[in-house]
Amino acid sequence: MSQGRIRKMLVGDPQADRAVPPSGFTAQLTLFVSGAMAFLVVFALALSLAAGRLADRWADELARAATLRINAPADERAAQTEAVMKILRQTPGVASARALTVEEQAAMLAPWFGADVALEALPVPQLIEVIEGEPGYDATGLQLRLSAEVPGAVLDDHTRWRKPLVDAANSLRLLAMVAILLIGGAMAAMITLAANAALAANAQVIEVLRLVGAQDNYIAQAFIRRFTLRALLGSAVGVALGMVGVLLMPEASEEGGFLTGLGFQGFGWLWPLSVPPLGALVAFVATGTAARRKLKELA
Amino acid sequence: MIELDNVGYNYGGGELLTNVSVKLAPGSFHFLTGPSGAGKTTLLKLCYGALHPTSGRVRAFNMDVKGLDRDQMAMLRRRVGVVHQDCRFLDHLPLYENIALPLTVSGRDLTHEDGNLNELLKWVGLGERLDALPPELSGGERQRAALARAVILSPEVVIADEPTGNVDWEMSQRLLQLLIELNRMGKTILVASHDLSLIRMAKNHVQARVLRISNKQLQLAGADL
Repeated sequence: MSQGRIRKMLVGDPQADRAVPPSGFTAQLTLFVSGAMAFLVVFALALSLAAGRLADRWADELARAATLRINAPADERAAQTEAVMKILRQTPGVASARALTVEEQAAMLAPWFGADVALEALPVPQLIEVIEGEPGYDATGLQLRLSAEVPGAVLDDHTRWRKPLVDAANSLRLLAMVAILLIGGAMAAMITLAANAALAANAQVIEVLRLVGAQDNYIAQAFIRRFTLRALLGSAVGVALGMVGVLLMPEASEEGGFLTGLGFQGFGWLWPLSVPPLGALVAFVATGTAARRKLKELA
Repeated sequence: MIELDNVGYNYGGGELLTNVSVKLAPGSFHFLTGPSGAGKTTLLKLCYGALHPTSGRVRAFNMDVKGLDRDQMAMLRRRVGVVHQDCRFLDHLPLYENIALPLTVSGRDLTHEDGNLNELLKWVGLGERLDALPPELSGGERQRAALARAVILSPEVVIADEPTGNVDWEMSQRLLQLLIELNRMGKTILVASHDLSLIRMAKNHVQARVLRISNKQLQLAGADL
């Protein structure tokens, strides 16, 4: 479609517009449907973007950190820690490694045992935080070497419990995208039905227009224009309301966890703005197809 | 202009027309007559492409009507002005816009045609009724409006189906007068009518040929009218 035709369609031919009588009620329904659909799309989009962010963050943060746990009798612990640190320093791909101090470990355990527990009295394993470099280290190789040289050391690279979380977030994102596609399809179906109804209701008008020499495109244009503009207006209102709704949701916070992270961030706010033009495009294609098919049946 | 060559038409329940051959020469004036149900409207519809013959060939402006696609058919309708028996209008638009409809749908700018339109409306005697909606018009006014709409694009052929069907004698004469004037301007005219006195009157003013449908065939009626 050329630019001229698009401009012509938006500006419209007031005469062609008048040829088809105004249809009050169906017009309201089309507006409502596109508005409701756009509103839903905004939330599906928010869900999809939030799930995507979550998946990325989990994958990112957890992938670069790993924990080494040394279970050893108290008297061997320092020696084993030293041996492990030496191995880690020699391992390519390890950016840094640091044995947690007794105070740090006590702070981590405080929520379970209380603040004033005497950690020295308990057989608490020594923890070493390993930060992965770029490129990363070979986890299996490291594990094999550790088990040979320091049998008490266990490498926990978080993959085990990270994977299902990332998978869940990714499926959530996929589901949200499927929902957006379904909403778009449902909108196309409903606009097709509405356009068919409008064309059938105006069969007489179409017949008269054909008799005086109107081409199919001319007749179709009047219907396409109406439904496209209605869909554009309806989805613009729907998107605006949806965005206000997302805006009013509580800020992302540590305590709220995942749910409060729902929403748009930064350039994410631009995504919903693409919904009204897309809704109009859906209406344009749906009405055009319906009109061309129906006109062949009519006269 | 329009040429029917051995045309037959079958509605599915037997032949309505068989072996119809006729040639509408430019500038000619033809009447089509015959008992009601004989197929006058069908024959007219074959002429302007609303129906396709079941046998034979219809040619309009040297094109086979059967081979035209929908857009070409629309272009044909612009070259043939048709006054329908029931003369349908767009009931939500005032008379002025209804008569201008052929101009609008062919993409002409109405502002340049305003003078022509007003002249045409005066010619058919509807100059005062510009803003009336079609349902407010009388039978005669509707017929004249339909005629005005049929000729607004200055077609080469004007086909009228019982234009005097439900109007009084005085109005019939007026409509006939308009058709005769169109013929004098060089238009080819084909009028279906069962009103013999109207046909007789026309023959006093114009060189009209009378075609009669009887027994599914088209015959040229002689001087017996």
